[in-house]
Amino acid sequence: MESRIQFVFLSLVLWLLIAPGAVAAPKAEELELEPLVVREPDRRQVEVDDLDSENWEIGGFGGLMNVDNFGTEPLYGVRLAYHVTEDFFVEGQYAKTELGDTSFERLSGGSPLFVDRDMTYYNVSLGWNIFPGESFVGGRWAFKGGLYLLGGVGSTDFADDQRFTWNAGLGYRLIATDWLALHVNVRDHVFESDLLGEDENYHNIEFSGGLTLFF
Amino acid sequence: MRGLTTTSLIAGLLLAGLLSVPAHAGLFRDYQPEVVVSDPYIEMHTGPGRGYPIFYVAGQGDEIVILKRKTDWFKVRLPRGTHQFREGWVHLDQMRHTLDLDGNEIDFPIYGMDDFTQRRWIAGIGGGDLDGANTISGYLGFHLNPYISLQAEASQILADYSDGWMVNGGIYMHPFPQWRISPFFTIGTGYISIEPQTTIVQAEDLEDEIANAGAGANVYISDRFIMRLEYKRHTVYTSRDKNEELNQWKVGFSLFF
Repeated sequence: MESRIQFVFLSLVLWLLIAPGAVAAPKAEELELEPLVVREPDRRQVEVDDLDSENWEIGGFGGLMNVDNFGTEPLYGVRLAYHVTEDFFVEGQYAKTELGDTSFERLSGGSPLFVDRDMTYYNVSLGWNIFPGESFVGGRWAFKGGLYLLGGVGSTDFADDQRFTWNAGLGYRLIATDWLALHVNVRDHVFESDLLGEDENYHNIEFSGGLTLFF
Repeated sequence: MRGLTTTSLIAGLLLAGLLSVPAHAGLFRDYQPEVVVSDPYIEMHTGPGRGYPIFYVAGQGDEIVILKRKTDWFKVRLPRGTHQFREGWVHLDQMRHTLDLDGNEIDFPIYGMDDFTQRRWIAGIGGGDLDGANTISGYLGFHLNPYISLQAEASQILADYSDGWMVNGGIYMHPFPQWRISPFFTIGTGYISIEPQTTIVQAEDLEDEIANAGAGANVYISDRFIMRLEYKRHTVYTSRDKNEELNQWKVGFSLFF
């Protein structure tokens, strides 16, 4: 039984190896019959749309997020960007963090005020590569990259409630190779909430770093 | 034991066969055409942007290979001797003056008003106001012809005391597609779901069908960017006696393809 299976597999492999050659090599009589005109060289017209274009950037990031009144906690997320021109890109982000203890909770030593301590946000932002160019470290190293500004809108899931959120910030993109980039970001996420009594703007500062791939 | 080695041999052969397939079938984009420089010279930058320095120039008559593209920049390889070459990035404006190996001009597309008028697909995002609540929306549209398009849109609604979402499908009419500021009219239908904030007890969930009519304008900015301004009036078919009317204002940015 085993040798039969082996026989089947081996013939299959043999066929796979031989078949392309058999297809590629035209028979002698076909060559003779074919008129000479048809055998012109390959078309050399250039199709720009068929080129490999790398305008998308995908990656992950991690860092720290300071949530107004709730302390600083680790943050991690994913980002996807599309580069429309060399100057502008559109970026979407989704990230997760947790709420720390409020100063009241810590001082009073009582039970926590809020049960849902998870915080997530998504946003869509427009980015502007404001200072593109090379950066130099000492005399030996030159890095491609540049500073960019970001601004956009999104939604934050905060204490069991969705809040409309503005964000603005800046980042540095260091292009390690054609397809890999390192990012450092600082951003402010602003939303309004009446969670602690009265309506107030919450400023949440994010500091993160990440890796992205161009494709 | 002998059976195992035979099996692994077969597996290895099969794997090798599979790996050799993409090179022929072109599963990975390996289209790298050759072009000839016809200007006196073209400038090669170290990176895909005007901020990266020019480190080399290719002269008239040089044959260069186009490797890939990033926005309006093309990565090219210039052979130098048998085993040496230089790689750099050349801007679209200079690539337009290269010829193919037969000496013909190459069509490097540049987006303009004609492409805006003839656009097929649009995708965009926007923010707005729905009777005092903030909305964030994403939309996708398809043009049957320059005058009529179909569009689907999903919005998140974020209000002080309630959250929700809304989906819409509609037909858009563009009577003047060749104008840079091109007005449109729309009618559509959809579904809205509003959930009150958990702290408010008396309110109840609201899930209803909606119908809407609206008007607005697409403003062609440049490249593939469109700015969109839109007003919609939604009629919510509530389960109560009276239907509810909602006004929505939106501003958005679209890309066309």
